[in-house]
Amino acid sequence: MNNNLQQQHDRTMVRVQQGLDRRYRQEKRFQRIGLGAIILGLVFVSFLFISIIANGYTAFQQTYVKIDVNFDPEMIAPIGETDQEVLSKANYGGLVKKTLRDMFPEVTNRREKKVLYSLVSTGASFQLRDMVMQDPALIGTQQSVWVLADDDVDMLIKGHIDLNVPESDRRIKNNQMAWIQSLQAEDRIEKRFNTIFFSAGDSREPELSGIKGAVHGSFFTLMICLLISFPVGVAAAVYLEEFAPKNRWTDIIEVNINNLAAVPSIVFGLLGLAVFINFFGLPRSVPLVGGLVLALMTLPTIIIASRAALKSVPPSIREAALGVGASPMQTITHHVLPLAMPGMLTGTIIGMAQALGETAPLLMIGMVAFIVDIPGGPFDPSAVLPVQIYLWADSPERAFVERTSAAIMVLLAFLISMNLLAVWLRKKFERRW
Amino acid sequence: MEEFVNESGVVTKPLNPEAATEVDMQASYEQHGSGTVGEIYVDDPRMTCRNVNVYYGEKQAIFDVNLDIGKNQVISMIGPSGCGKSTFLRCLNRMNDTIDVCRVTGQIKMDDQDIYDGGLDVVPLRASVGMVFQKPNPFPKSIYDNIAYGPRIHGLSDNAKHLDEIVESSLTRAGLWEEVKDRMDQPGTGLSGGQQQRLCIARAIAVSPEVILMDEPCSALDPIATAKIEELIDELRENYTIAIVTHSMQQAARVSQRTAYFHLGKLIEVGETDQIFTNPRHKLTEDYITGRFG
Repeated sequence: MNNNLQQQHDRTMVRVQQGLDRRYRQEKRFQRIGLGAIILGLVFVSFLFISIIANGYTAFQQTYVKIDVNFDPEMIAPIGETDQEVLSKANYGGLVKKTLRDMFPEVTNRREKKVLYSLVSTGASFQLRDMVMQDPALIGTQQSVWVLADDDVDMLIKGHIDLNVPESDRRIKNNQMAWIQSLQAEDRIEKRFNTIFFSAGDSREPELSGIKGAVHGSFFTLMICLLISFPVGVAAAVYLEEFAPKNRWTDIIEVNINNLAAVPSIVFGLLGLAVFINFFGLPRSVPLVGGLVLALMTLPTIIIASRAALKSVPPSIREAALGVGASPMQTITHHVLPLAMPGMLTGTIIGMAQALGETAPLLMIGMVAFIVDIPGGPFDPSAVLPVQIYLWADSPERAFVERTSAAIMVLLAFLISMNLLAVWLRKKFERRW
Repeated sequence: MEEFVNESGVVTKPLNPEAATEVDMQASYEQHGSGTVGEIYVDDPRMTCRNVNVYYGEKQAIFDVNLDIGKNQVISMIGPSGCGKSTFLRCLNRMNDTIDVCRVTGQIKMDDQDIYDGGLDVVPLRASVGMVFQKPNPFPKSIYDNIAYGPRIHGLSDNAKHLDEIVESSLTRAGLWEEVKDRMDQPGTGLSGGQQQRLCIARAIAVSPEVILMDEPCSALDPIATAKIEELIDELRENYTIAIVTHSMQQAARVSQRTAYFHLGKLIEVGETDQIFTNPRHKLTEDYITGRFG
């Protein structure tokens, strides 16, 4: 009997030894697969970031050209004129053209002149107008002014135009090349930090376009979204978690909230179009409607996160409060909500980050319109950042490529900082029981 | 038997120990179902429980319990795990209300007022029947706020100075004042386990309850902290009525004047603590306290 047991034990050990190698191999393989997955993910993410940054970093610089402007009283207004009306109506476009003609007197051909004028941006005339309107004393003087270069010139300076391509296929012709080279020789061409990108709205001219309008639009949209979805979401979560009886109806509601979280966002856009715009008659393309639609979309996220946060508050705290005679409402507002708030805020920030990056539902409610003005409030038509990216990605000009990437960088910066804020909140208020 | 037990299975007169030993306990238990042996009545009850049944959904957890809780006494409830002693304790301040499926029938009276009466508000009830839980559960707030919370929500203090006094006297009575008076603004969760439990007792005292329920208050504490709490319970008896659930028979013997033994949801025996531990009348009680099961 004893012998028998010993034999059995020996056999067991042999079997275990035989299987051991295989088990360890399996473990190693499993670890390697996991590691490989992480490395693959990191490679993709870094590829994404590198390509976006490589494409977009040049957008933060802009080429300027120095031109010697003769603020000719004949072209603008008599010396001493201060009436803003008169000053604003003068022909500054002509002034720019004349300046360029004066700088390159050898250009006489009509067609060549036209090409010459396209060296500087159409924004140059606005710049001169603003200068004169601000300081009418400039009239009659000769000034060196840095004006925006045209986007093609900008692209050439940044090296995005391949000079080996035949002239007929090139945006910059040989004669332009010659002028630019002569300007460069005189140090009249310079790259500066691109403030316009951050201070202007959208434009058809790449060098005049910026993301400020879209950032403002996104801000107003998110504010509306937050103002609606956070209180409603938290209230719904508190009711469902703390007050609602557990029966078939609340089960159905719970299932449907989870379903709502999985509804494609464009459906919310259609819903918003049908309800807010067609039925309630709210205006199109405004952050108010965008915020409402995004609030519908964010609600399930916030409700689910808030319920999880409420659930994680230990029952002992509720019992403690109830035990000293707090009413259910006091228990919740004094103890449960403050403890659940970090989790709720984390969920809300994640939901907001989702909403910030959302494009499809906003297309449905007309926020894809081309809007130049910077919105001053949630009732002004505006674009939002992801839609702006979508619009620029669609534009043919080479200069919009880098702006698209730059706008993506700005959007990503917002998203990453929001997520970092969520992580920080979670870490800061994390409690261990 | 007839002279001791009425139709509803309730012992109507205190049994004398000599008589009790002659009764076939097992027989009486089986015959009367939930019949309890011992003195369920006291002369000066603070709370009276009659025919209390508790159901968790379909399952019945407490069967026909009749028990008086005497004024300025400590009554301990003992019994094996799952015997319903905690459930019964939580009936006394309607803490079971928080459990959806839980249903309580019968009568629990405090000062001639049925606490399960529909018209009675649970908030004042819980203010007069405080509770200390198994695991110390201070609020994640400062020590001061922990104590001041109850008085604040009930509006017990006239001004800030009065509130300070309430906090100080509560902590003093709980024997914690000397240890924490210099760090009132530090979180209550930073105290040691025993201190936290005394903080919870002080928190219960702060709203001046008449009854304090304690649900295994020492089960998470080391022996030294336990001794302090027991000492405290003994002191508190002067001013409060205390009902304590405990797993430790030694603790029941040390702190309580009366002891109730629960078994499978039934109140088997209740009586003077000395008598229960030295001369139990019921076979089950005897088996339990001599360690044959439980």
